[in-house]
Amino acid sequence: MEPTKHVGAGEGGSSHYKIAIVGSGPGGLSAAARAQFHDAAEGVSTPSYVLLESFEAHAKTIQQYQKGKHVMDEPGFLDLRSDFDFRAGTREAILGGWQDSLASQGVNIRYGAEVTRIAQQDHLFTLTLGNGESLTADNVILGIGIAGNPRKLGAPGENLRLVQYQLDDPKAHSGERVFVVGAGDAAIENALGLAAQNRVTIVNRRGEFSRAKDGNLNAVLAAINDSSSSFDCLYETGVKEVIETPDAEHPLQITFNTPDGEKAFGCDRIIARLGGIPPRKFVESIGVEFPNDKPDAIPELSSTYESNVPGLYVIGALAGYPLIKQAMNQGYDVIEFIRGNLIDPADHPLLEYQFHCMPFLRPVNDLLELFQQRIPMFRELNSLSFRELLIESNVMVSYPEGPMFDEAQEKRDALSTQLASRNPKPRMPNLIREGEYLFRKGEYAASFFTIIEGEVVITEDGVERTLGRGEFFGESSLISGQPRLGDAKAASNCILIETPRRTMVKLMNSNEEVRAGIDWIFVVRELRRHFAPTADFKDLRDIALACPISQHKAGDVLFSEGEEGAVMHLVRRGSVTLTRSLDNGQQALVAELRSGELVGQMALMGDAVRRETATATVATETIEINRANFLALVGREGAQVDALQRRVSARMLAVSQMEVRPESGSMMRFLMGEGLGEATDTLIIDESLCVGCDNCEKACAETHGGISRLDRRAGKTFANVHVPISCRHCEHPHCMKDCPPNAIQRAIDGEVFIDDSCIGCGNCEANCPYDVIKLAYPAPPKPGLLQWILLGRGSGPGEEPGYQPSEAAKAGGKKAVKCDACMSRKGGAACVAACPTGAAIRISPDQFIELVG
Amino acid sequence: MFENLLRYRGGRYFWWSAVLVVACIGVFVTHGRAEPPNGGTWQGYTLGTIGAVLILWLTWLGVRKRSYRSSMGTVRGWTSAHVYLGTACLIIASLHSALQFGWNVHTLSYVLMCLVIFSGFYGLYVYINYPRSLSDNRAGGSRESLFAELYELNKRGMTLARLSSPSVQQAVVSSIERTAIGGGLLDQLLARDGSLIALGDGKPQPNPDQQITIDMVADLIPRSEKSQEVVALEELLSVLCRRQTILRRLRKDIRLQGWLQIWLYVHVPLTIALLGALVVHIITTFFYW
Ligand SMILES: Cc1cc2nc3c(=O)[nH]c(=O)nc-3n(C[C@H](O)[C@H](O)[C@H](O)COP(=O)(O)OP(=O)(O)OC[C@H]3O[C@@H](n4cnc5c(N)ncnc54)[C@H](O)[C@@H]3O)c2cc1C
Ligand code: HEM
Ligand code: SF4
Ligand code: SF4
Repeated sequence: MEPTKHVGAGEGGSSHYKIAIVGSGPGGLSAAARAQFHDAAEGVSTPSYVLLESFEAHAKTIQQYQKGKHVMDEPGFLDLRSDFDFRAGTREAILGGWQDSLASQGVNIRYGAEVTRIAQQDHLFTLTLGNGESLTADNVILGIGIAGNPRKLGAPGENLRLVQYQLDDPKAHSGERVFVVGAGDAAIENALGLAAQNRVTIVNRRGEFSRAKDGNLNAVLAAINDSSSSFDCLYETGVKEVIETPDAEHPLQITFNTPDGEKAFGCDRIIARLGGIPPRKFVESIGVEFPNDKPDAIPELSSTYESNVPGLYVIGALAGYPLIKQAMNQGYDVIEFIRGNLIDPADHPLLEYQFHCMPFLRPVNDLLELFQQRIPMFRELNSLSFRELLIESNVMVSYPEGPMFDEAQEKRDALSTQLASRNPKPRMPNLIREGEYLFRKGEYAASFFTIIEGEVVITEDGVERTLGRGEFFGESSLISGQPRLGDAKAASNCILIETPRRTMVKLMNSNEEVRAGIDWIFVVRELRRHFAPTADFKDLRDIALACPISQHKAGDVLFSEGEEGAVMHLVRRGSVTLTRSLDNGQQALVAELRSGELVGQMALMGDAVRRETATATVATETIEINRANFLALVGREGAQVDALQRRVSARMLAVSQMEVRPESGSMMRFLMGEGLGEATDTLIIDESLCVGCDNCEKACAETHGGISRLDRRAGKTFANVHVPISCRHCEHPHCMKDCPPNAIQRAIDGEVFIDDSCIGCGNCEANCPYDVIKLAYPAPPKPGLLQWILLGRGSGPGEEPGYQPSEAAKAGGKKAVKCDACMSRKGGAACVAACPTGAAIRISPDQFIELVG
Repeated sequence: MFENLLRYRGGRYFWWSAVLVVACIGVFVTHGRAEPPNGGTWQGYTLGTIGAVLILWLTWLGVRKRSYRSSMGTVRGWTSAHVYLGTACLIIASLHSALQFGWNVHTLSYVLMCLVIFSGFYGLYVYINYPRSLSDNRAGGSRESLFAELYELNKRGMTLARLSSPSVQQAVVSSIERTAIGGGLLDQLLARDGSLIALGDGKPQPNPDQQITIDMVADLIPRSEKSQEVVALEELLSVLCRRQTILRRLRKDIRLQGWLQIWLYVHVPLTIALLGALVVHIITTFFYW
């Protein structure tokens, strides 16, 4: 690919533009194309805008996808609005298409122009480029994505030609002497990819590979220890400098600081994989504010994508929109906004559909404003965030059974027919009947509800409560990751917003008020549930504010045996184990406690000396209740002291029964290490029953498109308990975190599954700590069972080893596959149902203690 | 939480089978004096039909085990029922035949069925006992991890041997290179060790359990004069001994796993033969009575 360079007439010392667009990802390209459209329409001779790209080609993020990657155009229900084309296809086709459009539309793009500084004075922005050049603009659009620029070597010579920060295809190099600098997954994968046909040394600043995934860690250690290969590692080594040596055997010479002093080597290539520098620092240096310090925080923006710095606009991934089509639509819209043309954004029709069955007719924007005003917690949100929240949410409207409901239903059906040809269909309004349940106790959904209008009745432990306009519910499952604690029923004339977990988590991470508001209600409701079921909300609010929420990392000790305690903890997320030391010095496990349980209450209800050591098994949050607050809670009228005391006795009994099994401590540690502290449903194999027939794996493959989602042999074993590589259906699934199309969902019964909108980006594969997700092409169909039994056709049941995907499957791209706990299968999990000996079982948290004992 | 095949649901199918057997005995004892027990009486037909249906159902396990979408019970429940009802089949068929044997296809069916059932008994025995031995033998690892450790020990052993005298080097390198694991079916099932070693004259000789190599290195340690060499030899010895343990474990693993699977290669083909014989048995009964 030969990038063409369209030099703006303004290039040179003091060029000025109306609009400077930084970053030529999908967002920046689309913005530039729109600006070019207007220039052409108005017949201006010198471009009024410039598109600045630091890379030597456009759309670096996409250039860096794997070769031939199938790029998907999710979300399917959103229309594209851009002067550039974009449809699902290979990376090459899409990049080539944009390349052609850049040329044919004459877009004013400058390559190799990294913007290193942006300053504003008197409404004029000055942009400084990497080469020291500068230019000015009235408006700046930041579309620099979130990938960040790669961290450089940080030593002289870091910018030499053969020092590279990326490796497209390891197979393209052979017979070279290469140093790979870095110790993360990317460095290891590159180094191992090169090692087969090059002489490779991996350079690690530390003494071990602690940041790598298990699979990569084992592979790199094996390669280093393999004396038959030349692959080796320099530990505790930093780069001092790199110089060019044109006359020597190798073109480069690299000098290291090693524990044994300086060492120099000749080499042909240096590949540094040191991670990226997140763009946040740069963005902040311009004056843009972020709501908090969380790594995934998103800058505050107006509904026209303008930041708090007037004239500075943020679009695309950096603005919190993780998909290509969204970035392109925003690029188009933002140019219109800057030109004063306040068009409805491209996602406007989506809201129109969602509001289709409202009991009153009002324009979408009015409704948005009205809704936002009705919910105190959301009032302070910027309107862009609220709009995004609604687009990702479900709007529910309730009508009484009868003509009103039927009429609304008709309206909805008409809309449904109108949109029938669209695949996937946009989100439809959700009609419910009065008295219908929104959720039931025990269901695993973690969505969050806000009431715009009407009333909702919540029944928990036999107590009924009515919530009204502006209130919200469902926060308990959202935070604890546990099933619903009660039933929720829609009363009359409800308008509700049901927001999915991921959207809420994103919002809580980016908005302090929302986080604090939800946290506070959570604490109030939790205190009420435990100590004062009949108490009034008002009575508890001050106590709730006085109870801090403490955060613990896996392995943190909340308190130790023998010390005096003055607080008790109410677990609100994660899990805590209690252990007691035995005479022989061993630790015996006495309990594992999850969200909603009390830890260390004896310190306030009896003896202050702690009898156990409490350790967080996974990232855990607890509500801390000190003596004063405790007394205030139980001293109130109608406090639930009896029930509390009963629970304490029951716990003490369980604890004494546990203690007789001293070996349980190490078993529990093993299981916790395998992630069972955050698991909701895990496959466990009793090795003393397993005959190794692999029928479990075969069953998995046969019921899941020919690809097994479990690896029986892999995984760790302790005593006779084997935890194979297979999904744990975590309380707070790590895999969901950065899924751009939000394709990972949790079903009502708790199964975490991936739907068809997966774009194959691999984020979930990287985020799952238990290595259970893989990317795979769909497997080709196989001959049926009878054909195999009678005619011997095909490879028999199970995943066909090394299957060849069809061309169509390859064109469709790899997708993430994982266990879905056979959610749609009638007879329960296929692996368990297929095990002839009873070795394979699936367990839920309440069975851990039984398993350990 | 975990229960083996026999204890499935408190041995539910044991009781089913017991009831079935008692009922069949009940039918059998109604044979009158005039009509001696025989396959040809109404009682005989009844018992024969029950037996034949049972055999078909027992065979169907092979299909059910692979009908992964089926939600008709679990394979485990089916297998538990299979072993109890399979055993019951032995008694029912014996009652049906009234133990009248001869050189004919009827007796052939009976014998084949007995072979299937007795191979089933053996299979049940290994299914219940071997997995624990396998698990203990792997000591928390897997066959792959044992091989990985062996590979590391081989490399370490070779490296250490190179620091020693040529004779040690030759012995160690040749014994590592000619270590045999697995081999033919019998070697696997009997955990036979066909490892070789080449000493002075270069002619390979058997080196069971790596003992020759180990003895040789152990012998040399007190005789060696250079202290550096002693250190290397001592380490070599510990590597060789660890290697011996791993090799034993691997052979045991292969042996046990082999026995766990091999019986099905008797059980299933004999089942096919049994079905054939059964068809002929039934046809001849009806047509040539
Ligand atoms: C592996 C992978 C697979 C994906 N697959 C899909 C998919 O199939 N479908 C989909 O819709 N989305 C996919 N995504 C997400 C998609 O790539 C992003 O949403 C999209 O690229 C965001 O566009 P953007 O314009 O905001 O930023 P980017 O595309 O990240 O572009 C930013 C540009 O700015 C440049 N830049 C950065 N800093 C500066 C600077 N200081 N000066 C000048 N230029 C600068 C960069 O070089 C880059 O070209 C995938 C992401 C990954 C990582
Ligand atoms: C006439 C009697 C029997 C017949 C026809 C029969 C037939 C079969 C068949 C066809 C299979 C399936 C094998 C496969 O597909 O892998 C099987 C498996 C098995 N049979 Fe039998 N069998 C009989 C009696 C018994 C008895 C009496 C026992 C034990 C007491 C027994 C124990 C087993 C076991 C343990 C399995 C293995 C299950 C598995 O691994 O899935 N069988 N038998
Ligand atoms: S895929 Fe991994 S992170 Fe996601 S639920 Fe399963 S085990 Fe947890
Ligand atoms: S199906 Fe059961 S016995 Fe067979 S390999 Fe899986 S766990 Fe082991």
